[in-house]
Amino acid sequence: MHELSIAISLIESAEEEAAKHHAAAVRAVHLRLGPLAGVEKQALLFSYDLAAAGTALEGSQLIIEDVPVTVFCAVCGERRPVRSLQSFCCAECDTPATQVVQGRELEVIALEIE
Amino acid sequence: MTEPRLVEVRRNVLKQNDVIARELRQRFRAAGVYTVSLVSSPGSGKTAFLEKTLSLVGSTHRVAALVGDLATENDAARLRRSHAPVQQITTGTVCHLDASMVRGALDAWNLADLDFLFIENVGNLVCPSSYDLGEELRLVLLSVTEGEDKPLKYPTIFHSADVAVITKIDLAAAVEFDWQAALANIQSVRPEMPVLQVSAKTGQGLEEWQRFLEARAGKTPEGRTQPVG
Repeated sequence: MHELSIAISLIESAEEEAAKHHAAAVRAVHLRLGPLAGVEKQALLFSYDLAAAGTALEGSQLIIEDVPVTVFCAVCGERRPVRSLQSFCCAECDTPATQVVQGRELEVIALEIE
Repeated sequence: MTEPRLVEVRRNVLKQNDVIARELRQRFRAAGVYTVSLVSSPGSGKTAFLEKTLSLVGSTHRVAALVGDLATENDAARLRRSHAPVQQITTGTVCHLDASMVRGALDAWNLADLDFLFIENVGNLVCPSSYDLGEELRLVLLSVTEGEDKPLKYPTIFHSADVAVITKIDLAAAVEFDWQAALANIQSVRPEMPVLQVSAKTGQGLEEWQRFLEARAGKTPEGRTQPVG
């Protein structure tokens, strides 16, 4: 399990961003998470509180937005979802997908600050 | 007290790792070192495969290896039998290598003296997928004794890798390895992924792997770098 390492990096990132905005306190961190980031959501939520303890983010909430995997399907000529991670093909026409457009995200997108 | 407000930021959580990985990739390219990392579950034959690779590729090129484990120097000791320079990275309780560990382990070497650098990650099919190490090529190894459905169970690591290497193929018949299912599962998870088949024990498939590697790296067997288009 590497979610605690990820949570510590997340807290450090959020602390830096909060400082840039001269935040007195951080209430929540909004994160976009794609399935290809290799991070388990429940484990990250669990690790977040541990990593936040004793930092400026202690007591803040982690809000995770799931990002679906999207590929560019050359046959459809469109961005499409995939069937699943196990069946990595266009959900519309079943063409095997090689061009990932999104789904690797592990990024802080917003902070709720005071 | 000020009013709560929402500020937009856009920041990759692993930015620090990615910045170091990018620096490493630039250093490797500038020094003409082609860097390959290996990931797999524990016991799938990374070290045996790497030992053979160091001997084989090391006969015509200058090679070195970094090897990550939670504890012990055993793998480094095995790899040193190939006479290639080897550094062990012991990670303690950390289940993966990250870019800063790789950077720290490089201090002893002059990269300009190398043609190929191999990085053997900690045996783990989950955590290493998140961390860029600055490598050019990532191999995921799958041994025939592990079962054909490994790619379906761990799709993310297969997705983060460039090439799949099926190892211990000398045991395929004994374990009734279903080649068709295994190859279909790899293609289903990662369409168009190149697949190599090797046995470190018998040597089967190793020459093909060497040719594949040299072609990818744009390095001739004589060790000279060919112009890449």
